[in-house]
Amino acid sequence: MGEERGTDRVKRGLAEMLKGGVIMDVVTADHAKIAEDAGACAVMALERVPADIRVQGGVARMSDPALIEEIQAAVSIPVMAKCRIGHFAEAQVLQELRVDYIDESEVLTPADEANHIDKWAFTVPFVCGATNLGEALRRIGEGAAMIRSKGEAGSGDVVEAVRHLRSIVGDIRRLGTLDATELMQAAKTHSAPYELVREVAETGWLPVPMFCAGGISTPADASLVMQLGAEACFVGSGIFKSGDPAKRARAIVEATTHYANPDVVLKVSRDLGEPMVGINVSTLADSERLADRGW
Amino acid sequence: MTRQRRVGVLALQGAFALHAEALHEVGADPVEVRARDDMSGLDALVLPGGESTTIGHLLRTSGLWESLRTSVAAGLPLLGTCAGMIIAAREIVAPAPNDREPLGAIGISAHRNAFGRQVESFEADIEIDGLAGGPFHAVFIRAPVIEAWESDVSVLAWQNERAVMARQGSVLVCAFHPELTPDRRIHEMFVRMVPGEETT
Repeated sequence: MGEERGTDRVKRGLAEMLKGGVIMDVVTADHAKIAEDAGACAVMALERVPADIRVQGGVARMSDPALIEEIQAAVSIPVMAKCRIGHFAEAQVLQELRVDYIDESEVLTPADEANHIDKWAFTVPFVCGATNLGEALRRIGEGAAMIRSKGEAGSGDVVEAVRHLRSIVGDIRRLGTLDATELMQAAKTHSAPYELVREVAETGWLPVPMFCAGGISTPADASLVMQLGAEACFVGSGIFKSGDPAKRARAIVEATTHYANPDVVLKVSRDLGEPMVGINVSTLADSERLADRGW
Repeated sequence: MTRQRRVGVLALQGAFALHAEALHEVGADPVEVRARDDMSGLDALVLPGGESTTIGHLLRTSGLWESLRTSVAAGLPLLGTCAGMIIAAREIVAPAPNDREPLGAIGISAHRNAFGRQVESFEADIEIDGLAGGPFHAVFIRAPVIEAWESDVSVLAWQNERAVMARQGSVLVCAFHPELTPDRRIHEMFVRMVPGEETT
């Protein structure tokens, strides 16, 4: 019988399947295998992890398709890839490559200073970053099928991830306390579509899954963000910039599943070797903050 | 009055919360299963969708694998959806992630990602044998198919001439996601398979 592709339910459905899991940034097919063997539920195929993008500077663009194809060939779990904010032609290329999710990401250099991609125009689902509820609802309004709180990518500092999660979850809770006549004003305050504001007020959650990204580098970090309401974790530089990536990857996977059980988090936190060194986010200049990209 | 059925939902990774909601709606008592202790006193178990390699990995690290095998051997009724179907299968056809021993709860060969990548994921109405009330709206996400089955396995549904739902004894599997749509007939069918529930 007739098959309908690229529907909301199919796009959001894959995000549902990734819940409770860890999506790992990888830059080679070997990394991708390590991630898959460690229990990653998906990988993000990149040329450089965010920590290196920070150090090397320059314009960060979509990865070489050949690299993404190598990674697709190496693993059976979903493969995601990033395009620049507003760069719908990069997104078209990634859809042709049949990546499983596109991350319209602030980690790359934005291509459009006013507009994000019209994500409804695509069959492939998109994830977008958000620092607050209004930003999350604007991205969902443009067709994002998953939201990730941004945090500060490549910093190894979890403080921004916590700030963004608390902001989004707190504002969702506050919307639930408003009566119907107050929702239009709330939509105005958040610069968010009224229909989505009303939906969040009624259901008590976003209409799409919300994952957490940006600065998670230890099992306890993963447990923290899951306890704060994240439904899964993206881990970028935290794994492959550490001393023993395979072991740390396995530990973060277990801590994400058993986040509410400190016994397990304790057990997997022992002897992980050197964590990524990281950058204290409060020492970053405003121009170096990736989370401020996106409109 | 019959006792409410206590149905475990394997909660290591994936869409377990939606299964728990669905089970609650059909009158069962859902229990999230993350450790061996959570397995005690279950009348049935759901293996949800998610990433089968991730769930397979966490089954081993959590120590649940052995208790799951014991329960399956003792005839615990199972519902496996998508990744759960792959985990329940006797054999996994390519792309097999590694040489892990399969659970073998149902005599089928499961072919992972048989419809392709996410851009090929789809929803469609399918006919299900023995399910009253018309076609079932099924959501297939990077879905597997049942490539081969033993003689006492009943194939219950097809999509594009590929087997996508099957039952053998008290084990029910489907390649699609009944937890993603509001239609609760498959969860009802499963809960009715749990011994003691047939007469109500």
